[in-house]
Amino acid sequence: MEITELSVNGKSHRLEADSRVTLLDALRNHLGLTGTKKGCDHGQCGACTVIVEGRRINSCLTLACMHDGDEITTIEGLGEPGNLSQLQSAFVAHDGFQCGYCTPGQICSATAMIEEAKAGWPSFVSDDLEGPDRLSDEEISERMSGNLCRCAAYPNIVNAIRQVAGEKS
Amino acid sequence: MKPFAYARASDRDGARAEAADNALYIAGGTNLLDLMKLEVMAPDKLVDINRLDLSELADTDDGGLRIGALVTNSDCAADQRIRRDYPLLSRAILAGASGQLRNKATTGGNLCQRTRCYYFYDTAMPCNKREPGSGCQALAGFNRIHAILGASEACIATYPGDMAVAMTALDARVEIENVDGAIRQIPIQDFHCLPGDNPERDNILENGDLITAVILPRPVEGKQIYRKVRDRASYAFALCSVAAVVQMDRETIAAAALAFGGLAHKPWRDETVEALLVGEKPSAQLFGRAADQLLAEAQGHGSNDFKIPLTRRVMISVLQEATEKGAAA
Repeated sequence: MEITELSVNGKSHRLEADSRVTLLDALRNHLGLTGTKKGCDHGQCGACTVIVEGRRINSCLTLACMHDGDEITTIEGLGEPGNLSQLQSAFVAHDGFQCGYCTPGQICSATAMIEEAKAGWPSFVSDDLEGPDRLSDEEISERMSGNLCRCAAYPNIVNAIRQVAGEKS
Repeated sequence: MKPFAYARASDRDGARAEAADNALYIAGGTNLLDLMKLEVMAPDKLVDINRLDLSELADTDDGGLRIGALVTNSDCAADQRIRRDYPLLSRAILAGASGQLRNKATTGGNLCQRTRCYYFYDTAMPCNKREPGSGCQALAGFNRIHAILGASEACIATYPGDMAVAMTALDARVEIENVDGAIRQIPIQDFHCLPGDNPERDNILENGDLITAVILPRPVEGKQIYRKVRDRASYAFALCSVAAVVQMDRETIAAAALAFGGLAHKPWRDETVEALLVGEKPSAQLFGRAADQLLAEAQGHGSNDFKIPLTRRVMISVLQEATEKGAAA
């Protein structure tokens, strides 16, 4: 058993778990934070995306014991009913989902992605490597390609992200 | 996932001390844990090296750049010096995986990325790489993503990455510390192996070897291009990729470095192709001859036959772009 201290959404947790427990399973099964979803469990779908030390990652492809002392933000830490984050509100306003299963991952991913773009990170579709002046729809699609939506709500997801990214830039 | 012991190393001495016969180092873990879940890989022990002091990107004395083994793909691609002096490397990294994966994947780990051969992943199937001597199901099976160059009867798997392809065209060196603490540098071209009769071996690393850095030589002038062709527009492995660094001297090609991804068990570089280009004026005939040279020994296996004409066209297109007048660096 591995003992790991995790700070999740500002709250400290002491986790005692097998070394095989992924960060995703620790969040869902040990800490009861079921907002983070298990889709493919192989890093292909992005449903498990959380923000660790400010960076979006696939929580299914990392072990909980590798994150001793790390600050983790899940969908529950971004907002709550009555006090939604800008992106959560935008997903509601733009109907950025159908079944909603990928949505927590989409929102965690987009939250960190907007920060990456603000920091000037270029993407595969950026014309030059100086980073984009603004997030075009093509930029949003490329940067969000690690988050799949089986309902194919992509146009509305892009609309929601564009609204928030536009407000922030 | 099979049970394994976990050890968190705080420094390099500690990491090497923990490295035993069937122990593996884990950094980002995005490929290793995927394979462990499927029990394609089943180490007895993981040595977590994420706390090691290997996360720095630093200038070298001779004007190059030393990329610490734990520098993430995201940080490497976004680094201002890489963007300015080695845009090929930024472009190649950004062409691979997803934002989430690039945030975890490291420079050293990415070099060790294993093949995406379907049969390697399927433990119900024979695979000489996974289980030496069991056979190769890809040879007569579905082999759309498989090798056309340098393959063997034992294995036609490809190295799937993009980063190492760019590093190959940039003449990078891989710095490795062995289990006794001795440090050596290997040209990246010699890091990955061809499959031959031992496809279980992806690269030259021995037990306990720790990649500590990738070192880029001083940047060269010229045009740098990374062109990747894949089955969808984002988040897919290369069917064929070309990394090119081409320098022109007025009307003639002064230097050319070309590396190819998706074609072989390692990033493919053929210096006879480069020699054929140097000192010549760019022309369709010249590029055609260079493609003939590259693909002289190419062999398809059925569903990957298309890669031969595809590679030819992608290579010629890249060379045209790299040598056109007014081409910006």
